[in-house]
Amino acid sequence: MSSNVLLFLGTFLASAVEAVEALTIVLAVGVVRGWRSTLLGVAAASVVLAAIIAALGPALQRIPISTLRLVVGALLLTFGLQWLRKAILRAGGYKPLHDEAAKFAIGRAEASSAAAPTGGTDWYSFTVAFKGVLLEGLEVAFIVIGFGSAQGKLGLAVGAAAAAVVVVVAVGLVVRGPLERVPENRLKFVVGVLLTSFGTFWGAEGAGVEWPGSDLAILAVAGFVGLLSVALTQALRRRRETVTAAEVQT
Amino acid sequence: MRYVVAFGRFWWNFIVGDDWRVAVGLAVAFAGTWTLAHHGVNAWWLLPIAVALLLVGSVLREVRSGVA
Repeated sequence: MSSNVLLFLGTFLASAVEAVEALTIVLAVGVVRGWRSTLLGVAAASVVLAAIIAALGPALQRIPISTLRLVVGALLLTFGLQWLRKAILRAGGYKPLHDEAAKFAIGRAEASSAAAPTGGTDWYSFTVAFKGVLLEGLEVAFIVIGFGSAQGKLGLAVGAAAAAVVVVVAVGLVVRGPLERVPENRLKFVVGVLLTSFGTFWGAEGAGVEWPGSDLAILAVAGFVGLLSVALTQALRRRRETVTAAEVQT
Repeated sequence: MRYVVAFGRFWWNFIVGDDWRVAVGLAVAFAGTWTLAHHGVNAWWLLPIAVALLLVGSVLREVRSGVA
């Protein structure tokens, strides 16, 4: 039960974060150059992502569960540690935070300066929207496949991802602009903790380990990774303050 | 050839990311866990310790390198 909740939460939040970034790209192009070709690009990328999940998801479920959990665990761990490291560095003040408004402005400027469409389809809009949605969605597709197949709950993972996309698009339609108020780094922090925790849990199980407390161990692992990440962020903030204070004094 | 290199680079960046040492560390940790587990040691503790060390190491490396 608890692992299902964490699975839904992890997939939902990861999908929401990437959907926010894809929405910024799509809005910047669509607002400047029109919606027809932009939405065609979005649709084409969505079909490719759905095809990847539809092909790989059921195929992976035929692999022995221990091998699958080892591979999926390793993959989720590499993703999770990348997300977590960047989120910690951003929260600690060592990396700039994502600025969706700035990204939107850059996207609009680039779309304005690109060559005007000559035929029926604006290939610039199509390509930028296609590439943006595909690249932002690819990691989500792997997270959905990983979570879904390792837990045997592909439908739940797909549902969580779809729900996140619907929520982000609906909010985008209401706001009619990039979602700059979304606490993107906090979401990435949580997603990083969840990916790292599930990766550790499944990876170790796949390697032949039996966790004390069985499935409940996932909560302990998530707590351990979460506390470590918060402590690391606090240490970085203190270090940053000390360095800044020393620079002011000199 | 150019496309093959670009394709390989994309997947390298996608999976390994910008700190290859973490990927290598994870591979070693998984190998260690597997070896211990198949020699009768229930080494559930090894991967969490490795994850903690790799995360702290990777963050500190980036901070000290001045890139961050």
